[in-house]
Amino acid sequence: MIEIHNIHKSFNGVQVLKGIDGVFETGKTTLLLGASGTGKSVLLQCIVGLVKPDLGSITYDGKVFTNNRLDLKQEIRRKIGMLFQGSALFDSMNVQENVEFPLKMLTPDMTKEERLDRVEFCLKRVGLEAAHKKMPSELSGGMKKRVGIARAIAPNCTYLFCDEPNSGLDPLTSIKIDELIYEITKEYNITTIIVTHDMNSVIEIGDHIMFLHNGLKLWEGTKDNIMDTNVKELNDFIFANSLMRAAKRIEEEGGDIDKL
Amino acid sequence: MKTLGNYLLFLSSQFIRSESIKILSRRFIDEAVLIGISSVSIVAIVSTFIGAVTCVQIAYNLTNALIPRSTIGFMVREMTILELAPTITSIVLAGKVGSNIAGGLGTMRITEQIDALEVMGINSTSYLVFPKILAAIAMFPLLVILAMTLSILGGYVAGTFTNALTPQEYIEGLRDAFIPYNITFALIKSVVFAFLISSISSYQGFYTRGGALEVGEASTKAVTNSIIAILLADYVCAQVLL
Ligand SMILES: Nc1ncnc2c1ncn2[C@@H]1O[C@H](COP(=O)(O)OP(=O)(O)O)[C@@H](O)[C@H]1O
Ligand SMILES: [Mg+2]
Repeated sequence: MIEIHNIHKSFNGVQVLKGIDGVFETGKTTLLLGASGTGKSVLLQCIVGLVKPDLGSITYDGKVFTNNRLDLKQEIRRKIGMLFQGSALFDSMNVQENVEFPLKMLTPDMTKEERLDRVEFCLKRVGLEAAHKKMPSELSGGMKKRVGIARAIAPNCTYLFCDEPNSGLDPLTSIKIDELIYEITKEYNITTIIVTHDMNSVIEIGDHIMFLHNGLKLWEGTKDNIMDTNVKELNDFIFANSLMRAAKRIEEEGGDIDKL
Repeated sequence: MKTLGNYLLFLSSQFIRSESIKILSRRFIDEAVLIGISSVSIVAIVSTFIGAVTCVQIAYNLTNALIPRSTIGFMVREMTILELAPTITSIVLAGKVGSNIAGGLGTMRITEQIDALEVMGINSTSYLVFPKILAAIAMFPLLVILAMTLSILGGYVAGTFTNALTPQEYIEGLRDAFIPYNITFALIKSVVFAFLISSISSYQGFYTRGGALEVGEASTKAVTNSIIAILLADYVCAQVLL
């Protein structure tokens, strides 16, 4: 379980996060939902420690991450897996080396065979059996995300963070990646936080949803009660998203958007 | 001034929590191969021609019959060892190695590869930057020695080929009043230049923000700043060490 309290962050005098609280439960996916530029990525970066919040605290299963004890931070970091928006695979390494990398760095007492077994297992788990020797530049967007997920879970992570796992993917691949993240969360009882602006993900895999707008959390709840909300900004967001989707569908089917 | 402070902070961050010796030494070898081997051909071409051109031009200017022809060999040696080999080689390497380092780190930054390292709890400056600086410091002197040798050889070929002087005269000139300290001086300079190029370029690449355009800008800045730093350091070294 991850708890955040009163997180503030400004860049060059512009307040991006204005005091955010939240609890992210173990074995559940929590979605950070919101339009572009509302500070979702910055919040995620604060939680994983890439950005230092100006104010506020973050605890991982009771251990305070935002204090200055380096050893404690390192201990928590070793349990964190992260899937980046562009996958962030190391482009000088092939798929196998990418997944092996965190094991090499974080668990020096593992033997080479043990590491390769683990890599094999993780790649199989994400559905990539025949791509070990491929370089990242030879992979499709969806495959990159799969490798990214394999690399994140390789060291047996307890916490998984995903920044826009669907960005740049076609709808079908998006659903598959979403499902993979969801299954892995349940299978290994991971605390998963997913940043998204995709309503489809909300419907498919959102155990818990937090809606961010202009650096504030305006609403939280489950996918079952998100449609009943009376928060205007969230209503607008859902409406805009479904409208865009409907318009696109009509256009694809050769219809006239103006009639909508 | 603020930039200088950030640069120094950046350099010291490599030692806050460094990676194990085993991992760093493997990274060092990778970088040394990248910086050293891949620069051999460009250094060889540039230094051979510079030696040849220097020789021909000195011969052209040296028309006084009272000055022995062997002076040409002497002057090629002095210019090569003191200035041309270490400084020109370093300027060439600033272009090649500097842009490579800044471009590589800049790309890693904007594609979040550096963030990925940090999230894993790896000190990215210790893992990425430190081996680069060390590799540059190890390889530059070797490249400079290569440049000296080839430059003097280039002068020999050009001088004898154009009949400016005989092989015996050239070799006599090379041996004339030789000061071994000059070679030490050149190697010290090359180490200083190696540190400047690798650290300045790493700094530029590491703090790239934005996209592909900014990576290009970071590379350009890395090269121009490195060259300015080399020329300043060249002057300072000459003042302090000679
Ligand atoms: N490192 C940074 N420096 C300055 N501004 C930043 C930085 N990171 C994010 N921002 C700003 O914070 C705001 C929120 O960004 P972000 O969290 O990426 O939005 P999103 O919700 O789309 O993920 C944006 O206006 C962005 O320009
Ligand atoms: Mg974002």
